[in-house]
Amino acid sequence: MSLTVDENKALIEEVLKAYPEKTAKKRAKHLGTFEDGKPDCGVKSNIKSLPGVMTIRGCAYAGSKGVVWGPIKDMIHISHGPVGCGQYSWASRRNYYIGETGIDTFGTMQFTSDFQEKDIVFGGDKKLEKIIDEIEVLFPLNKGITVQSECPIGLIGDDIEAVSKKKAKEYVGKTIVPVRCEGFRGVSQSLGHHIANDAVRDWVFDKVDPNKNAFESTPYDVAIIGDYNIGGDAWSSRILLEEMGLRVIAQWSGDGTIAELENTPKAKLNVLHCYRSMNYISRHMEEKYGIPWVEYNFFGPTMIEKSLREIASHFDDTIKANTEKVIAKYRSMVDAVIAKYKSRLEGKKVMLFVGGLRPRHVIGAYEDLGMEVVGTGYEFGHNDDYQRTTHYVKDGTLIYDDVTGYEFEKFVEKVQPDLVGSGIKEKYVFQKMGVPFRQMHSWDYSGPYHGYDGFAIFARDMDMAINSPVWGLTKAPWKKAA
Amino acid sequence: MAALRQIAFYGKGGIGKSTTSQNTLAALAEMGQKILIVGCDPKADSTRLILHAKAQDTVLSLAAEAGSVEDLEIEDVLKVGYRDIRCVESGGPEPGVGCAGRGVITSINFLEENGAYDGVDYVSYDVLGDVVCGGFAMPIRENKAQEIYIVMSGEMMAMYAANNISKGILKYANSGGVRLGGLVCNERQTDKELELAEALAGKLGTKLIHFVPRDNIVQHAELRRMTVIEYAPESKQAAEYRTLAEKVHNNAGNGTIPTPITMDELEDLLMDFGIMKKEDESVIGKTAAELAA
Repeated sequence: MSLTVDENKALIEEVLKAYPEKTAKKRAKHLGTFEDGKPDCGVKSNIKSLPGVMTIRGCAYAGSKGVVWGPIKDMIHISHGPVGCGQYSWASRRNYYIGETGIDTFGTMQFTSDFQEKDIVFGGDKKLEKIIDEIEVLFPLNKGITVQSECPIGLIGDDIEAVSKKKAKEYVGKTIVPVRCEGFRGVSQSLGHHIANDAVRDWVFDKVDPNKNAFESTPYDVAIIGDYNIGGDAWSSRILLEEMGLRVIAQWSGDGTIAELENTPKAKLNVLHCYRSMNYISRHMEEKYGIPWVEYNFFGPTMIEKSLREIASHFDDTIKANTEKVIAKYRSMVDAVIAKYKSRLEGKKVMLFVGGLRPRHVIGAYEDLGMEVVGTGYEFGHNDDYQRTTHYVKDGTLIYDDVTGYEFEKFVEKVQPDLVGSGIKEKYVFQKMGVPFRQMHSWDYSGPYHGYDGFAIFARDMDMAINSPVWGLTKAPWKKAA
Repeated sequence: MAALRQIAFYGKGGIGKSTTSQNTLAALAEMGQKILIVGCDPKADSTRLILHAKAQDTVLSLAAEAGSVEDLEIEDVLKVGYRDIRCVESGGPEPGVGCAGRGVITSINFLEENGAYDGVDYVSYDVLGDVVCGGFAMPIRENKAQEIYIVMSGEMMAMYAANNISKGILKYANSGGVRLGGLVCNERQTDKELELAEALAGKLGTKLIHFVPRDNIVQHAELRRMTVIEYAPESKQAAEYRTLAEKVHNNAGNGTIPTPITMDELEDLLMDFGIMKKEDESVIGKTAAELAA
């Protein structure tokens, strides 16, 4: 059982005691408990993190380069500025892709303009031009270039738009996208997603001749929006849509290509997984091209079934009938997974703290295995995320927005969950506390977790973490007698 | 040898900072002081009267050519002019690109690390316009310049800039020990200029070090890329600069922590002197034609 509303309140109060008054007052607004019937989770969100705390957030550059643009595999993404930002985000988030790296795909490579003192003082536009020229020589099969701005670009006022236009002309219509995702903009990576979405609108949609690619429409064309193919997520999602009889014309952006982005305005329906990072472009395509969009959730069989039917409802009876067949086809596999793991996981409590869609989307998958999510929170969610969360969480769930390292540790200490799902920075803290942990940003080097195939892997991984014999072997060295 | 004195000249653009500073420093050189001038303006014109040159190669342009400042030798950037005054220009990007402020930081660090300050009595920084960003505040920060001299006049905007620069000094006065040496009024022949300058100095918690009268001979010297001290050493204006130099020299350790005033206080000051009329709400936003009607 999760704690009661009152117990949560007392816990939050206790945790806040460690802060100076001003900090406590501000943090109090981000911590709360979901109560049945409320329209949101009762917490403030998308506000600047406080100095002195350890936040789990990233920056706008991370949101654009790391999340939205980075996985577009046949484009080269230049980390424009000093070397560190590109270096430490090298190789992306395990956004799997098919292709010959360095020949026609570039996902795990790092391109940086490696700014030096003189580039700051004299500006880096000339260097950027030179890099684009070099890229054209060294990687002639690239299909486009993005310029991912690091902080100094905005500070010194480089005109990356002018460079992009000039070079696009020089290389006859090449797609070159300047992205103003300087890290100091906004309060988290969230603004970077928005800026990156806007860059697709302004520098891809608005620049491309709609008939550039030969494209034959079918009534069943859909685009997967907001699936980054972490550990193969988009692939295990795509096959379900295809088995329904739909044609997936684009993947945004896991294993995606620039041609797919360009073709997306021809979709009949956009299916949106990560609402937080790609609702902007979905809304734009709805307004400009009249493409409806539907949110879906491919974590765990309950949500998958619901989502498949929801997507099918936008199409004809053939698709609807196919969908029932798909659901039936996977039923036995799902039953087998649940039969194998549910008894081992039943009643186990989980606390989550992740980004994007996961703080709510994965709850159903845990529940399918008989587990219970007793606490959750978003790194960089907005109020609309917390509204959507109400459809997933139970009364009394502890909610913590932009949780600090200290708060998270204290909450886990008190709630004593059987599993924590968060990021790499949190992993070892909790494992050292003796709490099983799964890294839920990139599936702890596992995956996929989306779709029916993903659910089997998800169930295995959670069982592996919680029921590992290692937890019975840990002994504190100072407790010799035990 | 006395301890190294580091001073800086700040002031509104076009106020005559470089002219005033070079003439003052030339007079100090006459007094036997060994001087290094560090120009901190991308225009690189802080040393032209001393070197008789249009512009010298700057630290940053040479660094850009060579690759980085680490590739430079101090001899590459240091020029010697009138009475052995050593001159360095920081330089910077062309207008509209890059970050000139960062350039100032880079140059000053380079000069210090490479011993440009060894064996001189005075280092003088000549800094562009207002304190526009952290980079141009470099001479104020981190114990670089000990005393700041603000060149100003009786014009509203020059006084506004002087007040702004005082704010920059105040910001670093406690952490870095920088002090306001005083105001230097470069006469523009505005109404009650001397009184106004003295009043502003009082408000800022400093003094008017010297009132430099306007004299056309300054222009004659400038056209020849010379200081008045060198061009017409016997002139009345040369004597004025010598007086200013004397005052600066004797002002060591007498700097103060400035007390900048608010915009309203500044306007009150101008009203007290009758320079500005009391604000008439009825005329604000009205064109000349509307007012005539």
